[in-house]
This record gives sequence, structure tokens and C-alpha cells, in this order.
Amino acid sequence: MEKEKDHIIPYRTFLYVLALLIALTLTSVAITQIYLGTLTVVIALLIAAVKSSFVLRIFMHLKFENKIISIAVVAVVLVLAAVIFITFLDYLYR
Amino acid sequence: MSTTPELHRDDQASKIGMWFFLFTEMLLFGGLFIVYSIYRFRNAEAFHQAAHELSIPIGTINTIILLISSTTIAMSVTAIQKKDKKLALILLCTTIVLGLAFLVNKYFEWGAHLKEHIYPGSSVLALRGQGDVLFYGLYFFMTGLHALHIIIGLIFIAVITRMIYKDKLNSESYALHENSGLYWHLVDLIWIFLFPLFYLIT
Repeated sequence: MEKEKDHIIPYRTFLYVLALLIALTLTSVAITQIYLGTLTVVIALLIAAVKSSFVLRIFMHLKFENKIISIAVVAVVLVLAAVIFITFLDYLYR
Repeated sequence: MSTTPELHRDDQASKIGMWFFLFTEMLLFGGLFIVYSIYRFRNAEAFHQAAHELSIPIGTINTIILLISSTTIAMSVTAIQKKDKKLALILLCTTIVLGLAFLVNKYFEWGAHLKEHIYPGSSVLALRGQGDVLFYGLYFFMTGLHALHIIIGLIFIAVITRMIYKDKLNSESYALHENSGLYWHLVDLIWIFLFPLFYLIT
């Protein structure tokens, strides 16, 4: 039986990503302690988005999987973003 | 031709199936995030005050615990691929211990709230106004649903650990192991958004 070779991610890569994720977490805690108004929300969510992209691409192997899964993930995120956008349009301009 | 017919197995399909399940989970929590942002938009002041009462140190520790546990389960898949059964078992057990540590922290966190009579339906909370009721209602529901996912993930990982121990999963067949990892990472992913929304943005 022919089996396509699965990509093996070295242990090192995971440890680098972990260090980065912890650094980003501490950064977002530190930044939100400073009062920046609406900017705080934007920065905190931006950092969360960066963190989740690392989790999706490296931990969840998306970088090495069939592209179709990545496309589907992006599609789900876009659907969610569209629903959030439309809901807020409704609340802001009703 | 071999005399024993081989059972058909499709690891790729199994993984795609898992991803489809994860999409429903993303939309489930996504819906809750929308509810949260609308209520926050309409009760900005109350949400702002209520969020101050959550402990940032406990939240940060729990975030780091989950990140480490995600790393250990991801590394356990590498270990299985490299035929290192012992290391895989150690890493999976570490993941379980970290998951339990997360729940213990949650227990103390929720315990402190309950002691102050802050829980959905509490009369003390009702006196504080609609905004606080909404904030804590969402807080308990969303972190509670997340904790339920942690418990399910832990059971899933425990089953996988046992299967690896009994050599039912190995370097030739580990799709189920990868799927348990995917589920655990999703739980981590949701927490990555829950943490700033409830604890940090005040």
C-alpha cells in the first residue's frame, strides 16, 4: 500500500512557537494595563489573531496539510467576520 | 497478494472529518463572541467595571498552562511519528496533568465568585444592574462551555494514551492521535480569544 509521507515537525519548532506564544501573551497583558482607549481592544484582538495563526499553522499542521483545509478554515473565519460586520451594521444604524 | 485482506483506512478523510467538526465548534463559540460584543457595546461601562473583578494573574497562568499543554500534545504526535512510544506517552500524560491544573485553577476562580454570591440568577448580582448580570452570565456560560470542552478533551486524550500504551495506535496508524491533538488545539484557540475579551479588555 502506498502511503504519502507525512511531514514530521521537529520538537524544536514547537518549543520556539511556545516561547513566541508565551511572549505574545505577556505582551498583551502588559499592553492592556496601559490605558489606550479603543486601541487596547484592537491591539489585544490583533495579538490574539497572531497567536491563533501560529496555533493553526504549526500546532494544527495546517502549513503542511492539504491546502483545501486551510481554504476551508479561511472561509469559516470570513463567514464569521461577515456575520459580525452585518450584526454591527444593524446595531449601529437602526 | 496477501491472504489476509487489509481493512480500508483513509487517514486524510478522517482528518478532514475532524476539521469539519471543528468548524461547527468555531461557529458555536463565534456566535457567543458576537453576543458578547453586542452586549459589551450596549453596556460598555458595566462590562468595563465587571471585567476589573476578574483576576489577571490566574487568567495569565491558565493561558500559559494551556499553551504548554498544546505544545506537549503537538510534540507527542512527532514522537509517535518517530516511533518513540515512551516519549509520546510521557508527553500525553503531561498534557493531561496540565489540563487538570487548568481545571483546578478554574475551580478556585469560580469558587471565589460563588463566595461573593456572583453567579447567574443570584439576587446579589441582580441588584448590581443589567450590565453586570449580562457580563457574568456570559462569563460563566462561555468559560463553563470551554471548561466542558477541556473535560471532553481530557477524556479523549486519556483514551488515546491507553490506545498507544496497548499499541493500538503506532507510527503506522495515528490519525486518531492527531485528531485528539486537533481538538485540544481548538480548545486552546478558543481560550486565546476568551482570555483577552474577559480578563484584559477593561
